[in-house]
Amino acid sequence: MPDDLNWAIGGEAGDGIDSTGKIFAQALSRAGRHVFTSKDFASRIRGGYTAYKVRTSVDRVESVVDRLDILIALTERTIDENLDELHEGSVIIYDGERTTMQDVEIPEGMVGLDVPLKSLAEDAGGAIMRNVVALGAACEVASFPIENLDESLEKRFKDKGQALVENNQQAARLGQEYVAEEYDHDFDYDLETTDADYVLLNGDEAIGMGAIAAGCRFYAGYPITPATDVMEYLTGRIDQYGGKVVQAEDELAAINLALGAARSGARAMTATSGPGIDLMTETFGLVAQTETPLVICDVMRSGPSTGMPTKQEQGDLDMTLYGGHGEIPRFVVAPTTVAECFWKTVEAFNLAEKYQIPVFLVSDLALAVTEQTFPPEAFDMDEVEVERGKVVDEGEVDSWLDEQGRFQPHFPSADGVSPRAFPGTTDGAHMTTGLEHDALGRRTEEEEVRVEQVDKRQQKVETAREEETWDYREFGDPDADTLVLSWGSNEGAMREGMEFLAEDGIDVRFISVPYIFPRPDLTEEVKEAETTIVVECNATGQFADVIEHDVLERVQRVNKYTGVRFKADELAEEIRQAVREPQEATK
Amino acid sequence: MSSDVRFTDFKSDKQPTWCPGCGDFGTMNGMMKALAETGNDPDNTFVVAGIGCSGKIGTYMHSYALHGVHGRALPVGIGVKMANPELEVMVAGGDGDGYSIGAGHFVHAVRRNVDMSYVVMDNRIYGLTKGQASPTSREDFETATTPEGPKQPPVNPLALALASGATFIAQTFSSDSQRHTEVVQKAIEHDGFGFVNVYSPCVTFNDVDTYDYWRDSIVDLAETDHDPHDYEQAQERIMTGDREHIGVIYQDENSVPFEEREGLEDPMYDIPDGAPEGAMDLVREFY
Ligand SMILES: Cc1ncc(C[n+]2csc(CCOP(=O)(O)OP(=O)(O)O)c2C)c(N)n1
Ligand code: SF4
Repeated sequence: MPDDLNWAIGGEAGDGIDSTGKIFAQALSRAGRHVFTSKDFASRIRGGYTAYKVRTSVDRVESVVDRLDILIALTERTIDENLDELHEGSVIIYDGERTTMQDVEIPEGMVGLDVPLKSLAEDAGGAIMRNVVALGAACEVASFPIENLDESLEKRFKDKGQALVENNQQAARLGQEYVAEEYDHDFDYDLETTDADYVLLNGDEAIGMGAIAAGCRFYAGYPITPATDVMEYLTGRIDQYGGKVVQAEDELAAINLALGAARSGARAMTATSGPGIDLMTETFGLVAQTETPLVICDVMRSGPSTGMPTKQEQGDLDMTLYGGHGEIPRFVVAPTTVAECFWKTVEAFNLAEKYQIPVFLVSDLALAVTEQTFPPEAFDMDEVEVERGKVVDEGEVDSWLDEQGRFQPHFPSADGVSPRAFPGTTDGAHMTTGLEHDALGRRTEEEEVRVEQVDKRQQKVETAREEETWDYREFGDPDADTLVLSWGSNEGAMREGMEFLAEDGIDVRFISVPYIFPRPDLTEEVKEAETTIVVECNATGQFADVIEHDVLERVQRVNKYTGVRFKADELAEEIRQAVREPQEATK
Repeated sequence: MSSDVRFTDFKSDKQPTWCPGCGDFGTMNGMMKALAETGNDPDNTFVVAGIGCSGKIGTYMHSYALHGVHGRALPVGIGVKMANPELEVMVAGGDGDGYSIGAGHFVHAVRRNVDMSYVVMDNRIYGLTKGQASPTSREDFETATTPEGPKQPPVNPLALALASGATFIAQTFSSDSQRHTEVVQKAIEHDGFGFVNVYSPCVTFNDVDTYDYWRDSIVDLAETDHDPHDYEQAQERIMTGDREHIGVIYQDENSVPFEEREGLEDPMYDIPDGAPEGAMDLVREFY
């Protein structure tokens, strides 16, 4: 019996799709099953199709596939939207009593379960619980013990009183019993439970958690999809650790607030998405020029302009690499999994402070909204290290004064990193400015000093190249002829896609790169491979461009820019094609 | 903080490049005196400046300071103060910086009422870019970019502040050194956002709003029966533009600074070497 189940609930925005999906996902996770969720949503609050999808297996799941086994359809459109993924034997749960669902046609070969969701919910205490009735029905279809829902429902509704919790639990039971009694059908599923202990979270939450773990105390942001969850996660939580979240009037304010806090010595961060990154651009230079440690997070969505705000894309790589006038030394770090969102955030803070430089933490919508199960050890807080770099306190200031006793915040040390005195430090008072300046922070246009300071700031990047590990994650056969490179959220789909490829006898070496700048030197790897394919969610191949620039060789590109992340089977097919019919540009 | 701080301790060794006679000299001296008078010293003071002739002020002062990008000084100052409420934070800039490119931040900084002071050198012109109309320029003020005048009424910064919920609104004239210093001092001492619009003449590009003009038209509120704690009186003074008032125009005695409402007291720079204690709870939340 298959244990890998693809489940979804879909309807109109405002139908409670998200919270219902989450209750189911949490129940599975609590039952020791792996879960991987994804969302289809439009940029509207009410109206507009939206769905929450859950893939679950006892084995780890890393991606979505083109298949849907159980669909709770609250609207007829939900069925249309998912026709491609539904297959022979798929089960569709719907409420035929609902006016808009009365004439619904269940596609041939599929199993339609007409469950009176609303009336059963009313029996349990209120029509509003109709989604939970549907969850109960789904449990019956999947042979998933309904008791597992109880705890999730409790967690979701306990603030609203025990009565409501029990009503919901009852609603789920009514749904389950209805299917058991009315449909004498042998369903194919049997979801096992295990003793494993998992936590379930998404990339934005992991970034927020990483920030607190790293000692971030100040967050300023302006709401924007899909970065808002970072701010919402931190709100309330960061306060317990002595920090604060500020909702700024716009992104210009957000990054400048964060810059101010960082100058005060706080670990500070801002997060936004493309349009907000555009607004912040002028300040990138100021951050670099004043040598302020700052973490700037870009959770990419589909552009340009307002583009498709609730859709996936990896289109801002050029912006984060090159955005801003003049030449701005910076680091660009891009997590590739939800767990990496946590660890790379911690690392971003350390890099920012060690090198007193802006660090771009680049994530994408697919990572941001995907909830995934992990053993809690994946976020082992004992492993978190905080490195603050060259901070000088009262006693140490003396060694950084010039002959006239003035502190030198931009002293051109050999490694390019200068001492840092937090405001309030006795004898450390100094000026910093976006203007070109000397070691004291005083404005200058002297040619030699200009060159010295530019070199000093660039030296930080060179030092970091030497001192830090800019590695990559590798999967598959290291000797394979085909090398696949990707960045960001594509890792999961590619890892699973490799299994599909293996079935076809295609072996690949897969490298997932979490550092965009500085980045690992992949020249050897590309030279060794017969074909190199770069996978990314954008139209032009921005990462492929930098790889070509590095290795001075053409690579093949697999791009997706529909607004939807790669699915494992679909990506495998693309790779298969690229291997069989190499593009002309390749060697 | 040491009590023997003199205002000259706030002077940097950089010579100002302002035109001889520029109003900003007086503005800056008053700021330094006010800081010293209120018991601050360069090591606990943070001055944030905007861009413009006025924005150079931070360069000529000695303290912790940041000279940022055009119009964004206020958010930087708020970030500095929130992350370390023990610092004395003063933000300074011009009318273009504050009421044009930075107008949005001004409104929100006023609303937020962080305990800091904001000094705007209002010369009714863009000085550094060599004489274009500013948001406070008169409707018929001729400049290279507005040969027949801007043809739109000037921004009334005091009204903007009042409408945004300001708890301290004052105006001074840079050449009236004593009053200017005294008022800036009150702005520093105010529990909340102390906003001071300073008439700070540009002798090079503005031949209308000159020292003579100000001297003739200014009314010092200290010489009237104005009660700054009376909202209605303040409203009256601010909305009738027939005279140029100086002094504290409005002060809310019940002002509670943002930091206090938010419970911010300690500097945020002290953090542990690893994840904070009990951080595993953050993970467990996701069970
Ligand atoms: C984003 C941006 N736009 C334009 C400028 C050019 N600029 C520099 S100062 C200034 C106007 C300054 O006017 P004001 O704030 O009144 O100061 P003043 O020089 O009169 O003291 C402008 C437009 C800039 N530095 N940055
Ligand atoms: S141009 Fe005007 S504002 Fe600028 S320094 Fe000269 S007098 Fe002062």
